[in-house]
Amino acid sequence: MSTTTRETVRASASTNELNARGGTQIRLDHVTKDYGLKAPAVDDISLTVEPGEFMTLLGPSGSGKTTTLNLIAGFETLTSGSIALNGADVGMLPPHKRNLGMLFQNYALFPHLTVAQNVAYPLRERRVPKQEIARRVAEVLELVQLTGRDTNYPAQLSGGQQQRVALARAIVFDPQALLLDEPLGALDRNLRGALQREIRRIHREVGSTFVFVTHDQEEAMNLSDRITLFHDGHIEQIGTPEQLYQKPDTLFAATFLGDSNVFDIDASTIEPQLRWEDELWTVDKATVATRTGRSEKAALIVRPEDVGIAADRAVVPTGVNVLSARVRDIEYMGSFRTLLLELGAAGQTGRARLAPTEGGVSIGSKVIAWWRPERQRIVAA
Amino acid sequence: MTDIVDAEMTETGSLGTTTAAPRSRRGRSVDPIPRWLVVIGILVALFFILPTLIVVPMSFDGGQTFQFPPKDFSFRQYQDFFTSAVWLKSLGASLLVAVISAALATVVGTAAAVGLNNLTGRLSGFVRTLLMLSMVTPAIVLAVAVYIAFLKWHLVGTLGGYVLAHGAIGVPFVLVSVTTALSGFDRQLLRASASLGSPPLRSFFRVTIPLISRGIVTGAIFAFVTSLDEVVVALFLHSATFQTLPVQMYNSVTSEIDPTIAAASTMVVVVGTLLVLLPQLIRGRRARR
Repeated sequence: MSTTTRETVRASASTNELNARGGTQIRLDHVTKDYGLKAPAVDDISLTVEPGEFMTLLGPSGSGKTTTLNLIAGFETLTSGSIALNGADVGMLPPHKRNLGMLFQNYALFPHLTVAQNVAYPLRERRVPKQEIARRVAEVLELVQLTGRDTNYPAQLSGGQQQRVALARAIVFDPQALLLDEPLGALDRNLRGALQREIRRIHREVGSTFVFVTHDQEEAMNLSDRITLFHDGHIEQIGTPEQLYQKPDTLFAATFLGDSNVFDIDASTIEPQLRWEDELWTVDKATVATRTGRSEKAALIVRPEDVGIAADRAVVPTGVNVLSARVRDIEYMGSFRTLLLELGAAGQTGRARLAPTEGGVSIGSKVIAWWRPERQRIVAA
Repeated sequence: MTDIVDAEMTETGSLGTTTAAPRSRRGRSVDPIPRWLVVIGILVALFFILPTLIVVPMSFDGGQTFQFPPKDFSFRQYQDFFTSAVWLKSLGASLLVAVISAALATVVGTAAAVGLNNLTGRLSGFVRTLLMLSMVTPAIVLAVAVYIAFLKWHLVGTLGGYVLAHGAIGVPFVLVSVTTALSGFDRQLLRASASLGSPPLRSFFRVTIPLISRGIVTGAIFAFVTSLDEVVVALFLHSATFQTLPVQMYNSVTSEIDPTIAAASTMVVVVGTLLVLLPQLIRGRRARR
């Protein structure tokens, strides 16, 4: 009862609730969720989402990202560990007392209520006065650019519009944070891009903490301040999109985000030079991921856009690592071309991305692939 | 809208006309219904309905005994019905029992359906079967069991006894119709409601109930109609001071040949039919909106 009263006071007192607030820190400490299956769905993860941050939980299906979001929302109970919002432990609170907005993949709009009634729902729950409700509903519908659709029912709206109504409903009560569970998954590609921009704009304007779950790495890169990469119930790596793309710690991170040429190497002999087949490559110490030491196996990865192609070894720049290759195929992509390569003696598949103006390669020709040692990365495999 | 189109398609098909253009079938192939099948269908329908409808003309006959076809036209039977204290009292008892027992069955049946919807596995199947048992148990077995139990509890011949027995008979109808409604209910909506600050019970009333209301109303109507024309259990439970309309009708046929029963029957048929059609009418209005 006391929380309801407090919320009501706060909700009605804040007149410019759509403007920036500090945002809420979300702290997960040794969080585990075990359904009693072979392995825990979420296994001892610790993670802090900073106030006002756009954090994406990224990973393939079954990696634990959605379970983690549901634990934050309160839809799942913790097996062990703790979850705190701004330092206050909420691990035992039921979802309706956590004051977190949530966006679902299937929108989850109430079909028997109009757009305005849907958006007013959380305010009515908080006993906000009628006039205040009308004002805030109008305000938030303007924010998501749905003014004038108040009396429509959800079934009369397109998918993108429905998700915008859901977004309005999830932020109108000024929640501590917004949780987004693959909200763009059901939309087609064009709409997805538009709604991504919308979500980013609203994140900027509202300024509250967003936790976004997706399996789409492009979406994660576009939207996030930071990305938490999940793999088999563990956190693989946390970092900005740039960090994850440029400096992956593990082979999983390197291959899940973007394309990579992968060379299996022996972790024990990587400095200052390493041998792969007949080639001897220079290793820049700064490119060795810190986690490599723990693993026996390692991999050297090079992004396709960092690979150059030369006719023979005489013309490659000095100080680069080289490898002989054969061009298997060329894919013209408009702004660039992708060469499909057979690398080394074994002919493992690789990729190089070239500007469309770079000539001199044809299918079947033997070439030299090269890259600068500072552009490669050595990661745990 | 869809219903209308479908009906039109079936009709043109059944008449065997070839004018039904394929474009109106929207890719679905509907085979034309052969004429002989239509004839059989109508005959079967008549077989079921005619005996019931016979009481309608009989109820407008002015004679002292049953007559078919009716000799003349009068409202005498209806007059008798509405001026007889015995008939009116049993009608009142019937309506009272039907309303309260339908309400009871609706609450219990809805709660059971929602609860069983949350359960999975063998237990839910077992409980569901248990709750449906009164539908397949022979009425006489049920009646004897209820009679023996209620004798001990002094419930025979009381409103409470009728309500409990008819409520139990009505529960399966509500259970079935609410379960059907729940199968189309998106449980994600309850999570959404919780995330918006609504405790479970309030979510149930603001989200679940409105979205399964058609199932609840349908179940309630069936429970009401079932109670209204239930006769076997009612015969066992009746007393001189408290008896329902079907019991009075039964007595009037067996002890005295009173044609008023034709009027009573007609009214029961008309009210029952209207009530059962009610959900369809509601749906039609919603669809147009």
